[in-house]
Amino acid sequence: MKNHENHISSDTLNWTVLVILLILTTISILAIKMHLGAFTVALALILASIKVTIVLTYFMHLKFENSLLRIMVGGVFLLFAIVIAITFIDYYFR
Amino acid sequence: MTNSSTTEPLNYLNHKTGLWSWLSSTDHKRIGLLYLYSITIFFFAAAILGLLMRIEKIAPGPTIMSAQTYNGMFTIHGIIMVFIVVIPGLAAVFGNIMLPIMIGAKDVAFPKLNLFSWYVYISGAFLGLYSQFANGHSPDTGWTFYVPYSAEASSNVVIALTAAFVLGFASILTGLNFIVTIHRMRAPGMTWFRMPLFPWSLYATAWIQILATPIIGITLLMVIAERTFHIGFFDPALGGDPVLYQHLFWIYSHPAVYVMILPAMGVVTEIFPTFSQKPVFGYVPIVFSSMAIALVGYFVWGHHMFTSGISYESRWFFSFLTFLVAIPSAIKVFNWLSTMYGGSVDLKPPLLFAISFIFLFTIGGFTGLTLGSLATNIQLHNTDFVVAHFHYIIFGGMGFAFFAGIHYWFPKIYGRMYNFRWANISWGFLFAGFNLLYFPLFVIGIQGMPRRYFDYDPKFQTGEVISTIGAFILFIGLIGMVSNLIYHSKRGAIAPANPWHGVTLEWQIPSPPPHENFDEVPVITRDPYVFDHPYTK
Amino acid sequence: MSSTEHSEHIDSDTGKMGMWLFLFTELFLFGGLFIVYAVMRSKYAVDFHHAALELNVFVGATNTVVLLVSSMTVAMSLTAIQQNRSGKAIGLIFITLILAGVFMVNKYFEWGHKIGLHLYPGSDVMKTLPHGEIMFFGLYFMMTGLHAIHVIIGGILLTIVIRKIQSGKINSGHYLLQENAALYWHLVDLIWIFLFPLLYLIT
Repeated sequence: MKNHENHISSDTLNWTVLVILLILTTISILAIKMHLGAFTVALALILASIKVTIVLTYFMHLKFENSLLRIMVGGVFLLFAIVIAITFIDYYFR
Repeated sequence: MTNSSTTEPLNYLNHKTGLWSWLSSTDHKRIGLLYLYSITIFFFAAAILGLLMRIEKIAPGPTIMSAQTYNGMFTIHGIIMVFIVVIPGLAAVFGNIMLPIMIGAKDVAFPKLNLFSWYVYISGAFLGLYSQFANGHSPDTGWTFYVPYSAEASSNVVIALTAAFVLGFASILTGLNFIVTIHRMRAPGMTWFRMPLFPWSLYATAWIQILATPIIGITLLMVIAERTFHIGFFDPALGGDPVLYQHLFWIYSHPAVYVMILPAMGVVTEIFPTFSQKPVFGYVPIVFSSMAIALVGYFVWGHHMFTSGISYESRWFFSFLTFLVAIPSAIKVFNWLSTMYGGSVDLKPPLLFAISFIFLFTIGGFTGLTLGSLATNIQLHNTDFVVAHFHYIIFGGMGFAFFAGIHYWFPKIYGRMYNFRWANISWGFLFAGFNLLYFPLFVIGIQGMPRRYFDYDPKFQTGEVISTIGAFILFIGLIGMVSNLIYHSKRGAIAPANPWHGVTLEWQIPSPPPHENFDEVPVITRDPYVFDHPYTK
Repeated sequence: MSSTEHSEHIDSDTGKMGMWLFLFTELFLFGGLFIVYAVMRSKYAVDFHHAALELNVFVGATNTVVLLVSSMTVAMSLTAIQQNRSGKAIGLIFITLILAGVFMVNKYFEWGHKIGLHLYPGSDVMKTLPHGEIMFFGLYFMMTGLHAIHVIIGGILLTIVIRKIQSGKINSGHYLLQENAALYWHLVDLIWIFLFPLLYLIT
């Protein structure tokens, strides 16, 4: 029945994370004005991935959980990426 | 000898009685039995449908039904067998009953969620039945619901799709429960590599249930959106791609077959050491091959689509991966045979079923390679060869493993023993009937007989007739086997706690087990398959 | 696990692992739609670009900010309960719910605007559009629709959490349900973090 939480996120930490997320969001919106062509997608996805990683790490506490959960989360995203990649072996070469 | 003798100790079967105590029980053993009984009933319903289909096919042209009825039959036969019987199958029955005991736990991690999963399952199963009888006619799309037909057909497709969605949810909840149980509830001292191999197989299976099932969930929702809102993802007239449906469908449905077979392999992996009185040969390779099958099984789905128009590069990729995934399965066969080799082999019914499992599964596996090879696939795709292949794997493999498991754990579950002769004779009918039923389909499949066809060229009739005869023989075997078990569950001789001299934890507690499994939490100090009387003398 | 009259207490690490596994299933559920998006986007890049012009970046950005802030407030509510400040915890969850409401209102107006223009799957206007735009709008409605359903579920979960804090069932010693509800809420945020650029920022 243990309910241990060794780490309690301070309000400062949470505010800081929010500010970083808002900055990244702003950058993504400004980037569309920059006419990067095909790289717009890549940049948008990279920025989104960074934001997702930050939410997972801090808001969802993964940084302070045991590594098993981190491995599981990483594995899940990796598996999904592989499935999309394999699907594109069909679509890219059709 | 009755159950309600006052001298009988309290166990999970008798400590609370009455129907409601069963329907509200969060005891994993009772929930496992709820699954066993519901799955058995649905299995027989779908099997009778199969038998009717075989009667229809005994001659060309209509025999006992119309073409439309036949199409509806193979659809619902597939839906019930795949989603209601085989995917929950071994995990929901033996996983629920045995997993906590085998790891030294009192129950699963989330007992209430476990009961809730059964109710979700039953709801999905009844929705599936409802799709047969609601307004409009029963779906005739095949259990694979391929577009464009499933998007356009006027039958109760949406109800069937919803049923499959709900059933998938039950599968997810069970998988979730088992992963957490295995991570968190193992007895003290039971490290990962001291855990028996049936729990390992359930672990690998549970990951597939979690990560593959949602894809079919969303795909079914997309077809519903197609029918209801003309969303267009799979409709070329709106810009969509019907092959994309096939990709999404098989991204789940191929890993799903590993959900079916991994627990089956786990069950026989328990039976071989017990009936050879010898440790499993190659415990670690079996662990890694189970996880490898689960992982690589995600990357082969396109082998169902070789003739659908996918790119050459992807066909090459999927064929190659399909051959790769056969390797871990072959490793297991080698391990099972090596376990028996040199052991003190006792051919009781569980082992008889387990050995025939190897034979039938191997035929299924080899014919899978024939299908996985690009050139031969063109000839064989959508023929009865495919039908024979998957019935050898699913029925000959998972089905016979299920029969092996129920004959193995029956004395533990009910505290009574069945009749061996009755079991062996039933086995004879099952084995003979099974091969007569399905082997001819390989032959006529190669000769060009398509699957899901109501009618056929008279040149195929010999094979079709043999197959139908086999179906009847198989049915006699099924009835024989089940009646043996049902009769002796109440009237069999009292079984000892360890009739087979097994060494895993379930054999160290009374038969039937007490409500909370263990009086004291066991402490594990050794590997799971240590036999105290070495065979090397 | 012996059962007594009150609800059985599940070990918090066990319960949390269960919740994470459930989140994985949600990720893969949306993942199927992302696969369709990827395929259709690669096929109809130009049409997607045109169709995305129909979307209002300002509304989308507002919704993004709303959800990011709501993630922060729900995370802060956990800190509050850990510090035994149940009043603060309730207040923060309440703000989270308000923000969820703002999100849904925005969504209502966004959808309403498009539906008013007859821009929805199966409509007369939709049929006249180029194929890629039909795909885009189909994805837009299905992805944001499924997401909105999850916003509602998350809101319901958080409301239950408020009630349980008020009754004392959730407190600084036992807050697994709040933690799990917060995880679910963060998932709703995560999905949107990907949806926003893929639907709104591809102009």
